[in-house]
Amino acid sequence: MKVKYLVPLLFLFFTAQTFAQTDFPEVPSPPRLVNDFTNSLSSQQESDLERKLRAYNDSTSTQVTIVMIRSVGPYDISDYTFQLGDKWGIGQKDRDNGVLILAAMEDRKVFIATGYGMEGVLPDALTKRIVNQLIVPNFRMEEYYTGLDKATDMIFKLASGEYKAEKVTSSGENGGAVIFFLFMIVIFVIIPMIKNKKDNNNHMGGKGGNVDLFTTIMLANMLKGGSRGKFGDFSSGKGSFGGGSFGGGSFGGFGGGSFGGGGAGGSW
Amino acid sequence: MKKAWIPILVIGLIALFVYTKSVGVYNIFVQNEETINGQWAEVETQYQRRADLIPNLVNTVKGYADFEQQTLTQVIEARAKATSINLNADDLTPENIARFQEAQDQLSGSLSRLLVSVERYPELKANQNFLELQAQLEGTENRIAVARRNFNQSVQSYNSNLRTFPNNMFAGWYGFERKGYFEAAQGAETAPNVQF
Repeated sequence: MKVKYLVPLLFLFFTAQTFAQTDFPEVPSPPRLVNDFTNSLSSQQESDLERKLRAYNDSTSTQVTIVMIRSVGPYDISDYTFQLGDKWGIGQKDRDNGVLILAAMEDRKVFIATGYGMEGVLPDALTKRIVNQLIVPNFRMEEYYTGLDKATDMIFKLASGEYKAEKVTSSGENGGAVIFFLFMIVIFVIIPMIKNKKDNNNHMGGKGGNVDLFTTIMLANMLKGGSRGKFGDFSSGKGSFGGGSFGGGSFGGFGGGSFGGGGAGGSW
Repeated sequence: MKKAWIPILVIGLIALFVYTKSVGVYNIFVQNEETINGQWAEVETQYQRRADLIPNLVNTVKGYADFEQQTLTQVIEARAKATSINLNADDLTPENIARFQEAQDQLSGSLSRLLVSVERYPELKANQNFLELQAQLEGTENRIAVARRNFNQSVQSYNSNLRTFPNNMFAGWYGFERKGYFEAAQGAETAPNVQF
């Protein structure tokens, strides 16, 4: 019994020593684009921002994410922001079009990190201007919502036209139903069909006309989604089963984008 | 007669095992090395980008006649020294990396001294051109940090792969060597906590 307790304790001790992972919050589940760990925003403001950012994500696949924490501790705020963005994988993998706005409330510091793919439309000098002219003055007056609202508006304006979402807007919710439907077909139609076909276990060929049809549907479905968007659809389907708290459209999670050090910050 | 086959078979199997293992290890090392080379190129690119920004910065600052000449000369000298050290991806030994880092850190030091002394020149601080350059310079420093971290992570996995048994035997045959890290800046040890 004692040994049983000792092992996790030792494990905890060693992981605390390395402290690499524990400094970064896990991706919230279900994933959100606005993550206020400090309660600086009212829940109304939070969901307004969330809705706005999701709509932008749905139409452009560009993921603008807001994270508010209390302190970044020993890290440079820039370094912390890049690592958090990389860890969460903000942006699509093949485009790296993520933007992470991180505010450390007790440090009174803010940083906007741009993914590799956003450095063209949001060069550091412009990002710095967004921080200094839109975020910092409002944050000074504790108008956190206004600052973030204006900053994201400006980011949208600058980034407009750079990326288009491959999937059709608002297909997210239907996506879940389609997957569920296909799943049901597999369970109740295809599997019995295969089981009955004792003489021919190669269910791709020959007389199994229906199976061919199914394969076609599967392939068509795979082609339609595009490389990365498809996975987003799958997970967004899951999200909508759980009954997302934000009513409208659903957000399919972060796409695995990475950050190379673009962006700028400031303090208020 | 049948028994004679058994040792032969065993030896054959062992030989096959050693062969496939050594080929696998070799290929993994080659792949790791290529990753490191790519990341080293990124590190050098970002340092080069910084070096390219400096003449612009110096020219902008020079326009302010009474600006301290000594600080400027230090920056120019440190830049010349830093750009003279170019490391080929083939010889990223710990000593070479340390030499490279020392030259670059010297440049970082004199650059930050320059930026601090700018604080005394309000009209320079208000200069739009200077502000843009400053933002670009900061961005480059951030990119350098990210490139260095990625490089360090790859080198770490390569080195630990290289030094564990039995890879260390194979690595010795093939002549793979340990590679150098970038060290953390001094005074970075104090560690208050991160609070979400």
